Amino acid sequence: MALVFSLAAASDTPIYRQIMRQIRRAVALEQLQLGEQLPTVRALAESLVVNPNTVARAYQELIRDGLLESRSGIGVFVAEKVRQVFSPAERERRLRQAIEPLLHEALMLHFSLPEVRTALEEQWQELQSHVTTRRKK
Amino acid sequence: MSQPSAPIIEIDHLTKYYGKREIVSDLSLTVPRGCIYGFLGRNGMGKTTTIRVFLGLEDPTRGTARVFGLDSRSLSPEARARIGYLPEGHHVYGWMTVRECGQFQASHFPAWDQDIFETVLTHFRLTPKMKAGHLSRGQRAGLCLALTLAPEPELLVLDDPALGLDPVARRSLLQSMLYVTRQADRTIFFSSHLLSDVERVADRIAVLDGGTLRADCTVEAFRQQIRHFVLKFRGTPPATPEIPGLLESFRTDRELAITLVNVTPETESRLHALQPESIEPAELTLEDAFISYVGERGEKSFFMNGKEVK
Repeated sequence: MALVFSLAAASDTPIYRQIMRQIRRAVALEQLQLGEQLPTVRALAESLVVNPNTVARAYQELIRDGLLESRSGIGVFVAEKVRQVFSPAERERRLRQAIEPLLHEALMLHFSLPEVRTALEEQWQELQSHVTTRRKK
Repeated sequence: MSQPSAPIIEIDHLTKYYGKREIVSDLSLTVPRGCIYGFLGRNGMGKTTTIRVFLGLEDPTRGTARVFGLDSRSLSPEARARIGYLPEGHHVYGWMTVRECGQFQASHFPAWDQDIFETVLTHFRLTPKMKAGHLSRGQRAGLCLALTLAPEPELLVLDDPALGLDPVARRSLLQSMLYVTRQADRTIFFSSHLLSDVERVADRIAVLDGGTLRADCTVEAFRQQIRHFVLKFRGTPPATPEIPGLLESFRTDRELAITLVNVTPETESRLHALQPESIEPAELTLEDAFISYVGERGEKSFFMNGKEVK
């Protein structure tokens, strides 16, 4: 499995949310393919050296969000078709919430909006090309 | 065997005096089977005493402690053999070799598993011929852990096991703890000051402060109960208001940072009443939350099992 996790010690983000974030990212970057099986709770807990209940919680929340699905007796998989579980308003709210810290940082470092836009576009392209090269493999 | 659902440790209104000093005050605590329980509190707050009482090494002054449903004052040798106790400080007989330590310990425990003993030794890079007295702190901890785990205890009690360990040895310790609980009926009760370790492995935590239990909940519940807000003002912030559950506050020339416990919609409206330009909630690390909670300043209220107790 190509999934590499890293947990920040003494972070202000709870461990289960760090795990959720990294699974989301891996799916977005297609390091985890649609329909791919995730490690068992026990195996991931052992490799991260965390309580299995913490991993189980992260899986549960992502199942609730529609990103993962549990097939009873077999394991947990990335959903075949990632459902859009959020309402349009909630999607919008989440995006804006994610943008806020970026803008704070940009203001503090005295970047102009066009500069931010350029950086955003570059990063976006890079992510996209990352995903397409993975698809070709 | 007691029933699977029966709690492993039940402490009921325990009070312990040494002479005229009250060390533990009216402490009640229940540890369910199969859980990893972190026991937190500053030094001298009665953690070791509580452990020694429920292990039957000290009698309670008042109240009771039960382990496996049995009164701790009259635990049979068979019941004691089901408990693995790692006392604070990692004591070893220095004149023995690692192998001799194992042989000596094995002679006391019928269920001794030599494979487990050797696996833990390897994990901590120990070899049988090493002299116990010449080991480093981390190696000594590894030896003590191997001696405690090899009898396959149902209940593992670790008193500050990470004290003095380097990061690598600490990680090995956590791995060993998680390994033990692969079997669902194994319970671990451990005290620690390393909150990032506690956060990794503990299902629940209990916080002891001044001999009194101040919290008994999951790690996540503890973090959610302790909230931090940064209020920004156009001018000088007002004096910190009297808010129920206030733990700490910090003023700068434009900001008022407030840490609160048991936040209700009412407390939030109290913050809004100060008419700040903005209120930003911030997440705290478990360590910050703990320090605020048992720190010197601020009004205290405590919660148990998620319910507030006044």
